[in-house]
Amino acid sequence: MKPFAYVSAPDVATAVRTIATEPNAKFLGGGTNLVDLMREDIEQPDTVVDITRLPLTEIEELPGGGVRVGALVRNSHLAAHRLIRTRYPLLSQALLAGASAQLRNMATVGGNLLQRTRCPYFYDGASACNKRVPGSGCDAIGGFNRNHAILGTSDDCIATHPSDMCVALAALDATVEVESVRGLRRVPLADFHRLPGGTPHLETTLEPDELVTAIEVPELTAPSSYRKVRDRASYAFALVSVAAALEVTDGVVSDVRLALGGVAAKPWRARQAESVLLGTPATEESFRRAAEAELEPAVGRPDNAFKIELAQRTIVATLRRLSDGSFGDGSFGDGSRA
Amino acid sequence: MVTLRMRVNGVTRSLELEPWVSLLDALRERLGLTGTKKGCDQGACGACTVLVDGERINSCLALAVQYEDRDITTIEGVTHPIQQAFIEHDGFQCGYCTSGQICSAIGMLAEHGAGMPSAVTEPGASGLSEAEIRERMSGNLCRCGAYNGIVDAIKEVAR
Amino acid sequence: MSTTTTETKSPPRERAVGRGIDRVDGPEKTTGKARFAAEFPYPDLAYAALVHATVARGRITGIDVKAAEAVTGVLSVLTHLNAPVLKPAPARSMLDLSTMVSATSVNYLNTDEVHWDGQPVAVVVAESLEAAQRGAGLVEVTYQEFPAVVDFAAEEANAKPQPNSMLGAGSAKKGDAEAALAVAPVSVDLRFTTPPHNHNAIEPHATTAVWDGDRLTVHEGSQAISWMRKHLAYRFGIPERNVRMTSPYVGGGFGGKGSVWPGTILTALAARATGRAVRMMLTREGVYRTVGGRTPSIQRVALGAGQDGRLTALIQTSVTRTGKVGGNSESVAEAARHLYDAENILIQQNLVEMDLLPNTFMRAPGVAIGTFALEAAIDELAGELGVDPIELRMRNEPARSPLDGKRFAHRMLREAYALGAERFGWAERTPEPGSMRDGRWLVGMGVATAYHSSVQFTANVTVRLSADGTVVVRCGFQEMGMGGATVQAQIAADELGVPFEAVRVEYGDSDLPTGPMAGGSAQTASIAASLLSACEKLKGSVLALARRSGDSPLRGQRLAAVEARDGGLYRRDRPGAGESYEAILSRAGRPSVEAAIGSESGLGALAGQVRFMAKFINDQRRWVKAASGAQFCEVRVDPDTGEVRVSRWLGVFDVGRVINAKTAASQLRGGIVMGIGMALSEETLVDPRNGRVMNPGLGDYHIPVHADVPPIDILYLDEPDPTMPLGLIGIGEVSITGVAGAIANAVHHATGKRVRDLPITLDKLL
Repeated sequence: MKPFAYVSAPDVATAVRTIATEPNAKFLGGGTNLVDLMREDIEQPDTVVDITRLPLTEIEELPGGGVRVGALVRNSHLAAHRLIRTRYPLLSQALLAGASAQLRNMATVGGNLLQRTRCPYFYDGASACNKRVPGSGCDAIGGFNRNHAILGTSDDCIATHPSDMCVALAALDATVEVESVRGLRRVPLADFHRLPGGTPHLETTLEPDELVTAIEVPELTAPSSYRKVRDRASYAFALVSVAAALEVTDGVVSDVRLALGGVAAKPWRARQAESVLLGTPATEESFRRAAEAELEPAVGRPDNAFKIELAQRTIVATLRRLSDGSFGDGSFGDGSRA
Repeated sequence: MVTLRMRVNGVTRSLELEPWVSLLDALRERLGLTGTKKGCDQGACGACTVLVDGERINSCLALAVQYEDRDITTIEGVTHPIQQAFIEHDGFQCGYCTSGQICSAIGMLAEHGAGMPSAVTEPGASGLSEAEIRERMSGNLCRCGAYNGIVDAIKEVAR
Repeated sequence: MSTTTTETKSPPRERAVGRGIDRVDGPEKTTGKARFAAEFPYPDLAYAALVHATVARGRITGIDVKAAEAVTGVLSVLTHLNAPVLKPAPARSMLDLSTMVSATSVNYLNTDEVHWDGQPVAVVVAESLEAAQRGAGLVEVTYQEFPAVVDFAAEEANAKPQPNSMLGAGSAKKGDAEAALAVAPVSVDLRFTTPPHNHNAIEPHATTAVWDGDRLTVHEGSQAISWMRKHLAYRFGIPERNVRMTSPYVGGGFGGKGSVWPGTILTALAARATGRAVRMMLTREGVYRTVGGRTPSIQRVALGAGQDGRLTALIQTSVTRTGKVGGNSESVAEAARHLYDAENILIQQNLVEMDLLPNTFMRAPGVAIGTFALEAAIDELAGELGVDPIELRMRNEPARSPLDGKRFAHRMLREAYALGAERFGWAERTPEPGSMRDGRWLVGMGVATAYHSSVQFTANVTVRLSADGTVVVRCGFQEMGMGGATVQAQIAADELGVPFEAVRVEYGDSDLPTGPMAGGSAQTASIAASLLSACEKLKGSVLALARRSGDSPLRGQRLAAVEARDGGLYRRDRPGAGESYEAILSRAGRPSVEAAIGSESGLGALAGQVRFMAKFINDQRRWVKAASGAQFCEVRVDPDTGEVRVSRWLGVFDVGRVINAKTAASQLRGGIVMGIGMALSEETLVDPRNGRVMNPGLGDYHIPVHADVPPIDILYLDEPDPTMPLGLIGIGEVSITGVAGAIANAVHHATGKRVRDLPITLDKLL
């Protein structure tokens, strides 16, 4: 790890002032991603601004039914919170599907938003990676790319965003609140992460001196769920995940939110599928058509082409479960019946 | 160099270290508390699990400086019936992941007791089924494959 | 005056052997007190970190260490330009088994040549771990790259027949299997592939080394301390007695700690160069880059049968790899030599040598992957025949070893399957694939045979009995979780007739009598054989002491007429007549009596080697010895996503006499868990473009977690093997064999899909 200066920020004002004045500084939250990346010399900040003592740990109900979550609320606490469990099951489930209990006890909401990809070529200093060293090339495109993106990729990068939480937030139309010395601004989650294009090293629209202070989630009335498909029963990143909320009125889809994880460099809001579904009968057939429409532009590579079919099947399965309300039968791959 | 204090197993310890020293390395190499193990140093195995103010974390991804004034419990500070249960149910073979499994289990029992859910918690359910234990303990890898014994040990203590 | 105990008052003491006694090291392991290799304190301790080559084959053209040396705390950067001279590793030879620990032939830091991506090219030594690792990250190396052979799949056509060796025949033949296959009424001819695997012991390889003049002490997580000690002495040009290796606890091995890999040598080298005690724990990535794993394989299994299901042809061929600089050929088709009574058999194992980190022993080398293919093929043939897969196996169960007619020392597969089928509820299985469901889950049941040949090494053992009735057993063996100290204490307790608690076992130190390596499932039996002899000798000495006294009730007794029990020796013909050890020793004025088996002299070691060879050859000539079993599994498959969950497991094992029911069950479960990983998720990704391992971590190499592992039932037939000490057969490896086959068969039963390429990931089931 490259040596760095350590500053513990007592309040938000100090935090954003420090990051604005210190060149090459980074905020440090739970450390579950940044410390790992620093140990691998992928991140090499000169100054680390520890924000874990900032008072951003509240979970508040908003007038109008939404919820505001401080950026330093830890993943485990958010998942367990009564408001989240009752009103946003998909968010609670997404959080609980991520990492391990120990990591969820450390990881913060803000840090989760800023997780970097798990592409092995990004992690490996000896490999070419445009995200790590812009212009160096991408070894993942002719290499091992089983875990890689099928939507929104570019010739420069096919990495995925690894977060589960963000997939739920994308489905929920969450807003990210960010603060800097220039003041406060709100960024819709949909605009927070970027697709790679020709600049895969730019992963979010956050400015280098901005601090995520909170997320806000609007009210959700539709039943919702999060389904994660991975290579072992727990403690693995998603191959594909689906966050969904579905309201069916008189057999017809009256409200639907759908987002995919493990398929793109950002949590992928499935707008195409939603538009196909809205107003159509809540049938297997509609679900399949919607899923196909969403994955129509997908590009598979030798190792990850299966994700196109897997994503469609997982969308259908998740919507089917939501429409017939048959949760709790162990069908969500958790092995609990097994 | 940073000077900081933390309570480790009930004793206030003063440490002088660089800010890039992990909590794990501070415990093992500076305080001589080698019961906490390093298995991957990247948050992927759980061997380094310790309790911070009663909550389980991976100490390999924690910078020691971040834990100033916190209450750290390592295996050396654990006195809990689960230890005997591990022995009786043969919840280990080589013993290398064991410290982490035990600290994790203690943290897990507290989480469950506080009503925190897991990925397999059915709505309205509150028991600690085998499936619950397995999911909640999945952050602790055991290559010897002593999982059955670990689950049995936890079941016995949770009873 | 004699102290004769009268008739036994308490009920007969329960024998220790067979009981599920708690491990003796349980308290240390559950309190964090067990000290592993990287945990030995030294006041002047320095830390080392490796720099790995990033080309598969080449020559170092430049190495810039300035930035590394400038890091505060860095003491030294060792490269091929400044490292102390080391002798090259000894070539492997069966005439000196210690040479088996030469993992590679590369003389690290004594050459500018690079032979695999990941080979260490520099070592940074520093005052702190952090400084060493930082320094390692700053060493800049340039290379002249040479063409390299790194794509295993592309090398299949270049494979050469595997030579025969004492460790296993490369090929074997009975009749004309190809011709028989061509005319067989029913046949399958299948291709299987398995990927490379890594052991992933949770303890990364670690070494603490300290020199005192020309004496070297090494604390190492080792499966072979005596052989490694000899290797280190040779490399550093010092007498063997000048090297001490301790290995009191090993944080998992599975074969990966059975050889001298670069980290061990380079830690000792760094300690010599800097004059400091040096500790190096490999990073997890470092383990992947410098410690070999299991070879990948390409296999063909072809089976021909009559309509009655009797096999007329059995063919198993394999291609595996070694490194050009080392590695082991594996007996992939070992089980096919012994399992089925086919009229015609053809076995041909082939090898390619590659510019990759050499492979090494990993739990049931060869057989773990070979039984996947063989047992899946048998299941496919059963499907073709419309015969129950257990029934097909029983129809082809041989009376003698099918290739050569040798007798089986022990063969109870019929019993294993019969018991397993009943316990597992095999009769409830409906044969049609896809016909069983539980809710939305597709349910499948599968079986496979487990099989692993049995070997024995030599072991030097001493046993000391003290006048207070306590016993110390000393042997430099290794304990990586098998429960070695516990089971040997059980054996000694029974042999000497003392309580289990009275026995202490010392192990894990090369200062102790030379132990066997922990490998080949051989350690327990190897030590037990010597321990039994030592106890016999000890009892003889004690009896001799007793007989010297005129009024001992044992006077005139021969050893055969005496039994050890209740802390003394007693006449078999007159149960009450005898003496306690305490009485015999105190009367003789002896604080203790000791017996030793094996000699530590050079001549003694040679004698040991000869003894080993003679026994090995004699055993091979007379018997087929093996542990075996029947693996039963049930899987559930999600019909939407193809996710596979193992939901039930039963393993019924014929492992001879079980010494400790608790630790044996754990070890058998452990092999099954590793087999579940092999079947469903484990794969080391070696980039075919450059030979670089691309998933060198536990986040990307998926070993099973708690949630992947169902309750695993273990049953033993518990019938002693007449040719083995105490009738015990080693159990370390048999349990992983057959596991992947059983799972593949169950997945097929659940889904109708045959996956012949491990791991069975969900994409292959969509």
